[in-house]
Amino acid sequence: MCAAVRTEAAAAEPRSRTELVLRRQAPWVRARRGLGPYLLVAPAVIVLVAVLGYPLWTLASLSLQHFGLKELIAHEGRFVGLANYTSIFSDPVFWTVVLRSVAFTVVAVGLTMLLATLIALLLGHVSRPLQVLLTSGLVFIWAIPPVVAVDIWQWMFDFEFGVVNWALTALGAGHFIHHNWFALPLEGFTVITLLVVWGAIPFVSITLFAALAQIPRELVDSAQVDGANGWQVFWSVTTPILKPIFLILISLSIIWDFQVFTQIWVMLNSRPGSGYFTMAVYSFFESFRITQYGLGSAISVVTVLALLVVTFFYVRQMVRIVEAPL
Amino acid sequence: MGTTGRRRGLTRRQRTRLLANLTGLLVFALLMFPAYWMVATAFKPGRDILRLTPQWFPVNATLANFIDAVGRPFFLEDARNSVVITLSALTISIVVAFLAAVAVARFGFRGRAAFVVIIIAVQMIPLTALIIPLYLLLDKVGQTDTLTGVILTYLILVLPFMVWTLRGFIINVPVELEEAAQIDGCTRFGAFMRVLFPLVAPGLVATSMFGFIQAWSEYIMAYVLLNSQEKQTLSVWLASFTTQRGTDWGPLMAGATLTAIPVVVFFLIVQRNVVTGLTAGAVKG
Repeated sequence: MCAAVRTEAAAAEPRSRTELVLRRQAPWVRARRGLGPYLLVAPAVIVLVAVLGYPLWTLASLSLQHFGLKELIAHEGRFVGLANYTSIFSDPVFWTVVLRSVAFTVVAVGLTMLLATLIALLLGHVSRPLQVLLTSGLVFIWAIPPVVAVDIWQWMFDFEFGVVNWALTALGAGHFIHHNWFALPLEGFTVITLLVVWGAIPFVSITLFAALAQIPRELVDSAQVDGANGWQVFWSVTTPILKPIFLILISLSIIWDFQVFTQIWVMLNSRPGSGYFTMAVYSFFESFRITQYGLGSAISVVTVLALLVVTFFYVRQMVRIVEAPL
Repeated sequence: MGTTGRRRGLTRRQRTRLLANLTGLLVFALLMFPAYWMVATAFKPGRDILRLTPQWFPVNATLANFIDAVGRPFFLEDARNSVVITLSALTISIVVAFLAAVAVARFGFRGRAAFVVIIIAVQMIPLTALIIPLYLLLDKVGQTDTLTGVILTYLILVLPFMVWTLRGFIINVPVELEEAAQIDGCTRFGAFMRVLFPLVAPGLVATSMFGFIQAWSEYIMAYVLLNSQEKQTLSVWLASFTTQRGTDWGPLMAGATLTAIPVVVFFLIVQRNVVTGLTAGAVKG
């Protein structure tokens, strides 16, 4: 590959001053004709097609097959048309799972955005050393692997010696000693939501803080001179400027939270009851626990299609940002 | 702002700052507590962990939990697997990503816009959706329960992000520098190697470290694709810790600390670069 790039560059050595000037004026027009860029992107395209494109195609075709244990051994599914889809759409469990995933996503994303925005604003008001301390703390949490985070929260919410049960009892919130947080899915999801939000806050608040720092100081000052209070400045000056970044962060959070798997699966020791099924857990359970890969694939396809709407807005926003400076 | 400050000890501005600082300290304490609790528990002997009234500091600090965790079956094998998988996936993807990023940042070519859109969109595809087909495809060619299979799937985990971030780093190097080198007689390739590469090197390091963190922390793929305990990664080892024999919180927290250390250290080193790469130009849109 390098050799190819070198040959191309060598072949295009300037022969006269005029040509040199021409080349400097329109380097990209010249490059457009070469093979160089295609050779450079080729490996990435091959990886994308082989490890992503082909599996996605397989997923779509699996969703139209009956693929159980027998088919797994034979490495060959049986085509059943849209049977998997009619089966899941007429299954009340599926709709409960959809509703649960949506509710979880709304609560988790809402909490993440609210708390992260508050922290980002706070970062702009604290003293410099505290700012450094808080940012480092956030980065520290951001880096903690999900499985490690789950283990920590399991321990904090342990029914016997968990620090949370002790603290809630000590604070007079009720009798929480030996309270099992995972007996009721609603309480279990409270813990899982807190864990997910805790893990998501760092990325969102640091990004927002970085964006806030880029807001021209004059805009805020002039709004204040005109008599705007803190809230009015935030709502009429800060928010409109930050709208693109808010859109990006909300889309990303929706996509991450809607497909949450590890936190639920590991938190419930790989044996979540059906009250804990979200789209990802349900699809995983159908496929790898009761070997119905066709049904599992159909659920995954529905998830991907649902998220495609969010992705569309995200990509459009990102492309606007990218194409601006080019 | 603070011109109407009341005639007390502090002006309004000072009181706002004090209030902000106090809130900041409280938020810091709340956010950091889980991480602190992990480390504190890891250093406590068993009898100090299993207490109804929590012991806030590891008074009788001991390394026993760490020795226990490291001595557990498959810890060392799985740690080695994590290193092998992460470094292999990283080496391949950083080379592939760098080449693609150069093409996107420095060349105009037919399909570039489509490629950029795909790179962005691909990061949105849930990894969980890919497990079923990847498992069945690797099963068909006999590559489940091998490190190779996991390394291949990890390429897709880190590659799109790497192309995206590296593109940002390359764009920040002025094209004029390379053109000047070419006028001075460098070939296009020579200009890349002598001018662009050294300037982008810090970005390459930052991007690799971020890729390292993602691959090191990944759980689902490794969990599904690796069945034998001696072939799993640290994430999977840690997740199955509880189910083996009740829960030994001390060794579990020690194991969790050991799993988190490499990524946390790397992350603290590179975070500034990565955040810049992620948010570059976001407000300008």
